[in-house]
Amino acid sequence: MAHGTATSRWIPLAVFAALLLLTVVTVLVSFVDLGLWNVVVALLIASAKASLVALFFMHLKGESPLVWGFALVPIVFLALILIGTLTDTMLR
Amino acid sequence: MSDPSTEDHDPTVAFEAAKLGVWTFLATEVLLFGALFTAYTVFRMKYPEMFRVEHAKLDRVLGAVNTVVLITSSLMVVLGVDAIRRGKARLFEACFGATILLAGVFLCVKYAEYTAKFHHGLYPRTNLFFSLYFMMTGLHGIHVLLGMGLLSYVVVLSRRGRLSARYYTPAEMSGLYWHFVDLVWIYLFPLLYLIG
Repeated sequence: MAHGTATSRWIPLAVFAALLLLTVVTVLVSFVDLGLWNVVVALLIASAKASLVALFFMHLKGESPLVWGFALVPIVFLALILIGTLTDTMLR
Repeated sequence: MSDPSTEDHDPTVAFEAAKLGVWTFLATEVLLFGALFTAYTVFRMKYPEMFRVEHAKLDRVLGAVNTVVLITSSLMVVLGVDAIRRGKARLFEACFGATILLAGVFLCVKYAEYTAKFHHGLYPRTNLFFSLYFMMTGLHGIHVLLGMGLLSYVVVLSRRGRLSARYYTPAEMSGLYWHFVDLVWIYLFPLLYLIG
């Protein structure tokens, strides 16, 4: 029990450290010209950071499928909006 | 438990219901910011050169500093909720107080950035990139401001002895909202400052 709390108390600090590290990495990468890959890398790192915040800080990790549904459905809708709008503006 | 009137007031059920309520609200928030992210994507694909030139006018060091400020504020929320779950009200108030302070630092940096941009003649009407920059960071800034009010209210609740290890729903729910504000900035920072 005591050990269990001790380990779980470490998780936020580890996540915090990972978030700081990823922030430093994404800033450093932005100074290197990778062409289109700059966008890909920046979005991948941002999504990794967002996942860490959602999973551990918002503790989605231990949530029920219902809460997961509430969290993921808006992202699906956002993807639909993006795809729908882009197919219109890009193919016009 | 068979009595429906007590079932309605089951604190666990109430907590879960409140949580779903917050996630539903956050879903609408995703779509609110999502509209702006969509506009950003469309115009960025249409005018890549303009975005490339204009985004370099933002100070990525200040952007990075603000990223660290918000991430730290989120950690303080996590530590605060953990404290109140263990019944440590004073520690909770200190943690949420730190979050509010960091939110203030974030807005001060934002204010300095806006002032510098105005000084260089960069306004929302200057071009599409700066329209989006001011719209997106402005809407996010409003969320930071509202968050400060919300978190302050929860600290006042705690000062009045209304929160405990048994009942900490306001702390948890305002915390969820604050993490979302952090999450939006996690995308805004690279999109506006780093890859334009």
